[in-house]
Amino acid sequence: MHPFTLSTVDDPAAAIAAHARDPGLAFIAGGTDLIGLMKDHVALPERLLDINRLPNMARIEAVPDGGLRIGALTRMSDVAADMEVRRRFPVIAEALLFSASGQLRNMASMGGNIMQRTRCAYFRDEDDPPCNKRRPGSGCSARHGLNRNHAIFGWSESCVATNPSDVAVALAALDATIVVRGTAGERAIPSTDFHPLPGDAPERDNALGRGDLILSIEVPACAEGRASHYLKIRDRQSYEFALVSAAAAVATDGRSIRSARLALGGVAHKPWRLRAAETALRGASLDDIDTLRAAIARSFTEARPLAQNAFKIDLAQRVALRALQTAGARA
Amino acid sequence: MTHDDARVPVSMTVNGRVRSMTVEPRTTLLDALRDELGLTGTKKGCDRGECGACTVHVDGRRVLSCMTLAAMQNGRCITTIEGLERDGDLHAMQAAFIEHDGFQCGFCTSGQITSAIAMIEEAKAGWPSAATADTGRPFTMADLSRAEIRERMSGNLCRCACYPNIVDAVAEAAGRS
Repeated sequence: MHPFTLSTVDDPAAAIAAHARDPGLAFIAGGTDLIGLMKDHVALPERLLDINRLPNMARIEAVPDGGLRIGALTRMSDVAADMEVRRRFPVIAEALLFSASGQLRNMASMGGNIMQRTRCAYFRDEDDPPCNKRRPGSGCSARHGLNRNHAIFGWSESCVATNPSDVAVALAALDATIVVRGTAGERAIPSTDFHPLPGDAPERDNALGRGDLILSIEVPACAEGRASHYLKIRDRQSYEFALVSAAAAVATDGRSIRSARLALGGVAHKPWRLRAAETALRGASLDDIDTLRAAIARSFTEARPLAQNAFKIDLAQRVALRALQTAGARA
Repeated sequence: MTHDDARVPVSMTVNGRVRSMTVEPRTTLLDALRDELGLTGTKKGCDRGECGACTVHVDGRRVLSCMTLAAMQNGRCITTIEGLERDGDLHAMQAAFIEHDGFQCGFCTSGQITSAIAMIEEAKAGWPSAATADTGRPFTMADLSRAEIRERMSGNLCRCACYPNIVDAVAEAAGRS
């Protein structure tokens, strides 16, 4: 790794001020993504600020409306093990348990998880091939290269990468919000707006700017939370990123869907909500597979495959269907 | 390029002994254990958080020492493979790996053993895994099937593919501990 300085901070205001005034400074929490990016010379911060000792940011609390507030420094393993999370929002616990390994889940923070950068092989290649996310303006090696793992929704000529976070997909389905404190005070960013599409600025991974610190992730109470499920399909059974994944949550009247939420992972630069499918699913019977399948297909008219990943269009629809059925069986 | 002027002090308890040293901020915990303290039982495999060979315990939890910085461990308690035996007696997990021939070349073994010991503590604490049928129920040790062990140990790769014997060793030690 390149040389850098490291200091520790125990006051959020001091952390925010330091980050706001110093473009060469990066926060470090679990470090499981940042240190890898530094070893591969993708991230080259001059100064690291260790935020692990900021107070009261590594806990899960109930909030008055019945939802949960997950501190940004809470480790993935602690969230996945939490009984309230497991009972009320199984899709969150499952998304975390299907991520990474036991060791990494003990290290990685929730705030860092949703900030992790793409696993596009060109982006992380030590030989530094053209990549607009890494070096804006240099081109996209994946657009006409090895793009089996890449996006089918929302990509641009500048970037076809996907977002690798599993739990971000669950949070998108649950309409969670990301609570951020910056130099102008606190704000809540809907999780579905946290990650932008690549457009012509794919170097931008999220809605954060200089001086922004994620304080917590708030998951609102919702009728669909308990009957929720995360299904992840990958090239090997464990310890691998998603080819395609789906978060599903459903509220029912008997076997009839009152409300369904569906989000996909592994298909876009951000967790991809299937809004058209959700609308079409209202009132459908969980036992009427053809209707469920047709409803999900409504969200795929805008899918655009790359040369090597047309299989994801079929796969993603089947993954969404099965996730919905499994969630429905819990209703 | 050396940066002696940029070295920072760090003090951690390693295998029960307080160890104070100065390190460059870019020194990983793995490199500090091996190069500063001479504890070469912890192995550097991929150095990218993908293989698990560098697994150690920090405050009782299994972590990858290649993916964290030594200077971030101030005040932490670290246990490495060298810290498992007691008065010359192997830890039950070490003995089980020998009994079940849970290795061939041995390079991943210290990571497998440290990982497995902490994994059993996670299971005892009721943590579910991706192999758990119903994550809404508390997990009990009676649920720690071979499929559970395989899933929970998937962060430790073995290029010699000794997995069946590793699972045997971990299963036996889980019953014994």
